[in-house]
Amino acid sequence: MSAIATAQADDHAQDHGHHHKETFISKYVFSYDHKMISKQYLVTGIFMGIIGIMMSLLFRMQLAWPGESFAIFEVLLGKWAPEGVMDPNIYLALVTIHGTIMVFFVLTAGLSGTFSNLLIPLQIGARDMASGFMNMVSYWLFFLSCVIMVSSIFVEAGPAAAGWTIYPPLSALPQAQGGSGLGMTLWLISMAVFIASSLLGSLNYIVTVLNLRTKGMSMTRLPLTIWALFITAVIGVVSFPVLLSAALLLIFDRSFGTSFFLSDIFIQGEVLHYHGGSPVLFEHLFWFLGHPEVYIVLLPALGITSEIIATNARKPIFGYRAMVASILAIAFLSTIVWGHHMFVSGMNPFLGSVFTFTTLLIAIPSAVKAFNYITTLWKGNLQMNPAMLFSIGLVSTFITGGLTGIILGDSTLDINVHDTYFVVAHFHLVMGISAIYGFLAGVYHWFPKMFGRMLNKNLGYVHFWVTAVCAYGIFFPMHFVGMAGLPRRYYTNTNFPIFDDLMDINVVMTVFALIAGAVQVVFLYNFFYSMFYGEKAPRNPWKSNTLEWTTPVEHIHGNWPGEIPEVHRWAYDYSKTKENGEYVIAGQDYVPQTVPLQEGEEELNH
Amino acid sequence: MTALLTIIVLILIAIAVWQMTKIFEFSQIGIENAQVANDKDNKLNGYLMFAFLGFLYILTIFSLWKWSRVLLPEAASEHGKDYDTLMAISMALIFTVQLITQTLLHYFAFKYHGKKGRKALFYADNDKLEFIWTIIPVITLAGLILYGLYTWTTIMDINEDDDPIVIELYAQQFNWKARYAGEDNVLGDANVRFLNDYDGQNILGIDSSDPNGMDDVVSTTEIHLPVNRKVVFKMRSQDVLHSAYMPHFRAQMNCVPGMITQFSFTPTITTAEMREKPGIQDKVEHINELRAERRAKGEDLDDWEFDYLLVCNKICGTSHYNMQMKIVVETEEEFNAWMKEQKTFSETVAGTER
Repeated sequence: MSAIATAQADDHAQDHGHHHKETFISKYVFSYDHKMISKQYLVTGIFMGIIGIMMSLLFRMQLAWPGESFAIFEVLLGKWAPEGVMDPNIYLALVTIHGTIMVFFVLTAGLSGTFSNLLIPLQIGARDMASGFMNMVSYWLFFLSCVIMVSSIFVEAGPAAAGWTIYPPLSALPQAQGGSGLGMTLWLISMAVFIASSLLGSLNYIVTVLNLRTKGMSMTRLPLTIWALFITAVIGVVSFPVLLSAALLLIFDRSFGTSFFLSDIFIQGEVLHYHGGSPVLFEHLFWFLGHPEVYIVLLPALGITSEIIATNARKPIFGYRAMVASILAIAFLSTIVWGHHMFVSGMNPFLGSVFTFTTLLIAIPSAVKAFNYITTLWKGNLQMNPAMLFSIGLVSTFITGGLTGIILGDSTLDINVHDTYFVVAHFHLVMGISAIYGFLAGVYHWFPKMFGRMLNKNLGYVHFWVTAVCAYGIFFPMHFVGMAGLPRRYYTNTNFPIFDDLMDINVVMTVFALIAGAVQVVFLYNFFYSMFYGEKAPRNPWKSNTLEWTTPVEHIHGNWPGEIPEVHRWAYDYSKTKENGEYVIAGQDYVPQTVPLQEGEEELNH
Repeated sequence: MTALLTIIVLILIAIAVWQMTKIFEFSQIGIENAQVANDKDNKLNGYLMFAFLGFLYILTIFSLWKWSRVLLPEAASEHGKDYDTLMAISMALIFTVQLITQTLLHYFAFKYHGKKGRKALFYADNDKLEFIWTIIPVITLAGLILYGLYTWTTIMDINEDDDPIVIELYAQQFNWKARYAGEDNVLGDANVRFLNDYDGQNILGIDSSDPNGMDDVVSTTEIHLPVNRKVVFKMRSQDVLHSAYMPHFRAQMNCVPGMITQFSFTPTITTAEMREKPGIQDKVEHINELRAERRAKGEDLDDWEFDYLLVCNKICGTSHYNMQMKIVVETEEEFNAWMKEQKTFSETVAGTER
């Protein structure tokens, strides 16, 4: 049935298949193999995700029923919830660590780490990453940073609680907040290690994509997943070092008495010695990473959905060149828009004008991507696998969340919605939910490749539909809360009678959040059950064109037994017909990249 | 009680999920490659996509109907009117685009759900289409950018023309203070180093060697503003970042330790006038009903009256959620009368040693 070339020369020199005897440690723990490292990232990411989402459920409960006593608070928070009532300090800490974990540990490392590792070698036709050792180090540094971050939760004075943006002076002065003591030190150390891990990983991805593509795999034949993951790595290399510098300077201010970010401070009856620093400088450094970070989170998700939508629509992705151009444009623009987080920070208003301009520019490639996705669905033959549902869901939330960016990116309009729940609703839809959908779509799609078994599709459908309804149920009403003027990071809004009428919205959002949290258990069950007992996967379950589906189901070191396949076409020849209207390969609506041009077939100039 | 209810809800959901899976499962017994979507799945999920579009519409309409009344009332400042217009235009645009794109997305997902034998259209490229949907956002956004930037430049052009009243907003964990510039309308120099002067009476750290500061007036309870007179706010913070957010005036600026930031606006509606607006009266009535319900359950709550507010909108520590100050907008006469009651800095510190 499948048209994969079968004649393969038995070139033993290239066959890495059965050389080493692998011990448990070298196979499962300190593995150099990109497929194993990808699974390690995935499982670690999911574990961190469970922590992050649980935290959000706890503080959502506090917001809906402020000051109420819950047994679960007492069990999970201990001394931070005397008699089951949440303490304001731990509320801030939960918000902070939730943000940190979700942005960095789940959606950066969990998403990009998992799929870069899995897909880059497999889809470009490489035996492994350029440096397996560096890859292994990258994962274990990530693991170390996870351990440090999680351990910071158990610190006596509480974990970091200055918001995930850790603006000084709040984050710099232990006198200002309990969480700014040891908790913040651990946060900074954890992030420094995380950045090292991320840089090692990204450099590896870049080198691999540039140097290890198989014969015939030109840059213009790369699947969009690879383009997205590649550009993501580039953005990471450009922006993460700046966060490292911010973190280092903050460590200096905290521990060695320098004044990079601090000046003229009087706290607890005492004038501190700091002089001449500026918190605004920190904001610049932070957001120089912070904004590209949004795209580090989002681009892999968009790449994954491009691939999944094309495969399941049985159509080529519409406007391949435009998609690549959009990714490049977004990557470039993402580094010059950071100031839109700082319109009312006290920076020069003229800078605000510049950043408004660049920010609204970035809406253009984003719009092009959304339109291209919709056109790809048009006249398709949509195979509604769970991965496809999550991809369509992503396009939906990406549009909904992206549109409110027009308001937040406009310096004028930002004045009154800045730091309100409107922002929270915006970024959760556009990068939180969307990226999680991308992540889940990827897991459903490549699970057979990773574990050789299929996920249960029915559990997948339940998972998707309940999640989709709840995601909108949480974040759509949230816009109203923001436009009512309610600031974010308030432990409760009961001190303002003017916000009393928001109570029922808060309850609605929390109930949806609890349901959404509960339904993720279905996914977890499906994930871990199917890993061991799922239906055995065929080699190419989704009838996909890309190279990873030409490898055997059973993982081998080096990916392909025998020679690496040669590539003859782009990845999107779905439902391609010859001039006579017949499929290129009779009876098969897809043409894998390894199939040479057939007689009577034209290669498109895409 | 709530905990019990939550548990019951969760159990019911779990049962619903379990039942739904069963239904799905029964519908495909004995099919090969059972975990890949078949025509039945495609059809079912196609219809669900369409239903989901309905859900989005209903959610939008329901939210607008039910929760429009929680939104901020009309702007009570001069520039706020431009702000509201720009917001209305942007919202109209957003809702239009949202309506079109979500409809197309979900409708296509429904219409083209997979069927055996259906041939997808090989349609890889169309430069004309791409051009159209690049240029349309370009033009629309260019319009928005121009309008936005024009408004922004006007708002941010902070000067002391037209005899504005100069007020310092002073932030600290976890309260606000306001300093009026006094007779000379010039704020005296200040620095955190002077905070411990005068036995701690110098609560804003005014530099007593600067004559401009001696007539300054500090209010720790309320900010009073005369209506229709421009106000220039100078913001300071003594400890961490805070943000002076006055939602009814569409005004916000961060307070940054070590520097002075500023924002300026002209209030146009007095507190008394605002309380008379029908929208506000509805809101107050509704909220007082809610408060009466809670009072009936034993909470200690007063009835509420509308007031303008200054709130903190940058995370600043434990009591961030309760850092607020009342703003009163009143007529010139009322303002002057209030001002007369206040003590100047020299009066406050008279009799204490520096």
